Amino acid sequence: MSTQLSSSTQKPRTNLDPLFRLITRCFAFLVLALLAAILLSLIQGATPAIKHFGLGFLTNASWDPVAQEFGALVPIFGTLITATIALIIGVPVSFGIAMFLTELCPLQLRRPLGVAIELLAGIPSIIYGMWGLFVFAPWFADHVQPWMMETLGAIPGIGLLFQGLPMGIGVFTAGLILGIMVIPFIASVMRDVFEVVPPMLKESAYGLGATTWEVVRHVVLPYTKTGVVGGIMLGLGRALGETMAVTFVIGNAYQISAGLFNPSNSIASSLANEFAEAEGELYLSALIELGLILFFITFVVLACSKLLLLRLKAGEGKES
Amino acid sequence: MKSTIRLVATMTLSSAMFSGYAAAADITGAGATFPYPLYAKWAETYKAKSGVGMNYQSIGSGGGIKQIQAKTVDFGASDKPLTLDELNKAGLTQFPAVMGGVVPVVNLPGVAPGQLKVTGPLLADIYLGKVTKWNDPAITSINPGVNLPAQNITVVRRSDGSGTTFIWTNYLSRVSEEWKTKVGENSAVNWPTGVGGKGNEGVANYVTRIKGAIGYVEYAYAKQNKIAHAAVKNQAGSFVQPDDLTFKAAAANASWKAADGFYQILTNQPGKDSWPITGATFILMHKKADKPEQSLESLKFFDWAYSQGDKLASDMDYVPMPDNVKKVIRDSWKQITDTSGKPVWK
Repeated sequence: MSTQLSSSTQKPRTNLDPLFRLITRCFAFLVLALLAAILLSLIQGATPAIKHFGLGFLTNASWDPVAQEFGALVPIFGTLITATIALIIGVPVSFGIAMFLTELCPLQLRRPLGVAIELLAGIPSIIYGMWGLFVFAPWFADHVQPWMMETLGAIPGIGLLFQGLPMGIGVFTAGLILGIMVIPFIASVMRDVFEVVPPMLKESAYGLGATTWEVVRHVVLPYTKTGVVGGIMLGLGRALGETMAVTFVIGNAYQISAGLFNPSNSIASSLANEFAEAEGELYLSALIELGLILFFITFVVLACSKLLLLRLKAGEGKES
Repeated sequence: MKSTIRLVATMTLSSAMFSGYAAAADITGAGATFPYPLYAKWAETYKAKSGVGMNYQSIGSGGGIKQIQAKTVDFGASDKPLTLDELNKAGLTQFPAVMGGVVPVVNLPGVAPGQLKVTGPLLADIYLGKVTKWNDPAITSINPGVNLPAQNITVVRRSDGSGTTFIWTNYLSRVSEEWKTKVGENSAVNWPTGVGGKGNEGVANYVTRIKGAIGYVEYAYAKQNKIAHAAVKNQAGSFVQPDDLTFKAAAANASWKAADGFYQILTNQPGKDSWPITGATFILMHKKADKPEQSLESLKFFDWAYSQGDKLASDMDYVPMPDNVKKVIRDSWKQITDTSGKPVWK
């Protein structure tokens, strides 16, 4: 009875293993196939625009649906600027949160705070957009923007950035909202990687008389830099592709100016705004080409982060 | 036990009958977002009466035209009428369903709703960025007695492609040669100035928040949200206030003809009571119906809407088509035939 049982359980295992491997491999390749299919259909959809505008599409700042003349400069600019502002705001705050949670926070507070951050990540982006437009923008326009324009705007050089109409909406607000949106992503990744630092390393450093900051700077960060960069890239990816929240607060004007309080546009919000009513092959195709460009930007960002990580690893070997 | 079986059997049978019935008769439509709230209300009331449901997807006028051309829906809806050439090329017929007005709204503290007067060319100059202050002589000269501040004008417009924008830019093109050559008319244009809000609610929000702002929204939206509107000078030279009477006046002076596919853009119409920025929203159907029974159900739905739906439309601040136009529309349905050429509508 028992031999029968063992033989019957072993027999299918030897038969099923290759099948199982095949199935999982299929799933993995499905992702690749999907990626290739999306890329192909984007290229196919964008072909009329690519043929018509050529490389000039990237440097043309006009977007004229009536004259059927399209250029991607403004949306590309808006996408990159808002994502940059988001990281400038989001990364230090996330770092502070993660550091507090892993090094300084009383034990009984860690869990509730950690859960709160993860919950922030689950809020739909349209809620951020509506909050930004209805709650944040009016307050920002009345109380913060005039002050920023008077003080920061008066500084030579940098002051140019803090100009524009104090309406509460514009590039700066979009970047700020994006910053808030990426904080939970970056902070939770950073917290997770900070937690895996072996306590022995940290305790040794503390034992040598290091301050909390020195421990984080010289022990935790070097140990976790791969994860930290990964977390930042995750946040950057979200900031680049975010649609609804940006659409609500960026002002949606096809213009570029140094003043961050002026309205502009991003790739994702152009698509969200205009796809439904885009008439004519060239218009639709120009929008799809915008999508292709966003795809490309995301790819470059990802590739750069991988390169950065490889460099960090190479440096690691030399230092030790 | 027996009774249980009987009960189950009856329930299965009736649900099968019900679902089969519903699947055969439900009408599908897609397109313009502007009439969506009304179509949804009509559909709900019509279903309660006739048992036939109408499933309408408000995906935008451009999408509606594409869907009806691909024959995935029984009718398409568009705020921008197709020209006769476009209709013939696609084998489509077109008729207006309901009308509405677009109104300029402003945020000027101390100025009552309807108190500010504007003209078409002035609106064009403001939207071109040529008139930038509220105390510009071009504005003060037609507004004696109104206290206009030395404030910057912030132009607000739609960021998304929209039939509302089409009506607005069409009007500006008709009254300003400069607008026509520099910007033109479309559901989205290359705006010379201003900020873009998404949807009527986005524009309304920007206007109510930014002091000195001017924007344009559908009449229903301005009325329901109590945003201050401006009176506009019409073609006959009188300043008119937006309401269903002035919208109807604009429609009455238009000549609706089935022969040109009811191609009518109701902006800048003659008549001393006509609201100059009025527009209709249109239904598109195939002339040769692959599924004649579905086309018939769609026509029955609009027949009901024309005869019973006027009050619902007025309640929601849309403007029903005038009765004489409805008759011409019903006559035009004769050109919708099945594949053998027999008219679907009798």
